[in-house]
Amino acid sequence: MTERSKSSLRGIVLDEQVMFTLREMSQACGVRTELVVEMVEEGVIEPAARQETEWRFYGDSLVRAQRALRLVRDLDVNWAGAALALDLLDELEHLQNR
Amino acid sequence: MKFKDYYEVLGIERGASKDDIKRAYRRLARKYHPDVSKEGDAEARFKEMKEAYEVLKDPEKRAAYDQFGENWKAGQDFQPPPGWQREHSFSGAESFAGPGQFSDFFESLFGQARGGGFSFRTGGRRAKGEDINAVISIPIEDAYRGASRTITLEVPEADASGAVARRRKTLNVRIPEGITQGKRIRLEKQGGPGFGGSPPGDLYLAVEFEEHPYYRAEGRDIRLELPVTPWEAALGRKVKVPTLGGPVDLKIPAGSSSGKILRLKGRGLPGKPPGDQYVELAVMVPPAEDEKMRELYETLEREHHVNPRAKLGV
Repeated sequence: MTERSKSSLRGIVLDEQVMFTLREMSQACGVRTELVVEMVEEGVIEPAARQETEWRFYGDSLVRAQRALRLVRDLDVNWAGAALALDLLDELEHLQNR
Repeated sequence: MKFKDYYEVLGIERGASKDDIKRAYRRLARKYHPDVSKEGDAEARFKEMKEAYEVLKDPEKRAAYDQFGENWKAGQDFQPPPGWQREHSFSGAESFAGPGQFSDFFESLFGQARGGGFSFRTGGRRAKGEDINAVISIPIEDAYRGASRTITLEVPEADASGAVARRRKTLNVRIPEGITQGKRIRLEKQGGPGFGGSPPGDLYLAVEFEEHPYYRAEGRDIRLELPVTPWEAALGRKVKVPTLGGPVDLKIPAGSSSGKILRLKGRGLPGKPPGDQYVELAVMVPPAEDEKMRELYETLEREHHVNPRAKLGV
């Protein structure tokens, strides 16, 4: 939800302090829930607690899911390729910040 | 509008084969994809490449485009010839998602493609407007205490007749305190407008920190290199150290050397728990610029008998 506060928009930071349901994930990504499920099964994203009946995802999973979808759509990689690319990009960013 | 030379965009010849085109696009896409590339104009360049590929990979569109031949140069003023719309009708673009996806040039030639738009893998019209991804660059101080920043975006819009225009939208956004480098802020419904009654897309702002003269951020921790004199390091002295919350005193332990790292707990970016500030000592050797200094150094030289290069065998 985006609130207004003294004419300043307040968004939400996509980190471990925020969680999304499966439905919210698919809506935010603009895809069917089946596709989000596929991303979990292919190991692209991980739900916060797998064993629970209702999946919840941390905020950074939404970022990862959207990046993966763009890579698959634009670079024609498969899920494994997208996951690998994202892991390497994360590591690269981590190293560059040191 | 301006003519776009799609062959030039992909760096290929006019007679290029389908394979050449695919290879060229793949190679450039890997390099300039906004999720992969750090180049400033990656997003704009990538959109251009995608559009070029969209046209050249489709035999129908390519044939229609090739009609203009080499007579046209990129950047020239261009209008589709009269009767173009009547003579040509194209099947929907595969990756079409809404207004703003393609340039005015593309829309003028292939715009009827909007009729059967498909969104990614759902096989139906996209449920909402396009998401906008932007980067916002802030000073580290803004991350420390929070701030309000104004950003300007170019938002595509389609009017009732389907003509696409680009509108500038200015937003005032709250940067929360304690935000770290690379985190994204989601502003629901602040993205591209929806069409056909669908809701607008969302806006995602990726936060980047501007380079600071002496602070470096790593998550919530701050790193700083602290110059100290040889006597401060040898004797152990209390010195003032800058932190985001203001200068604090730090006791340099006696017998310190360059590279020693001291931790100021909780002096990094706020959070649960707050980050720390790590101070790395860098011993600066003041030059022997006058007689007095020279004498002092020579006294030390006379009195000091340990070879620092002993371990190197020399």
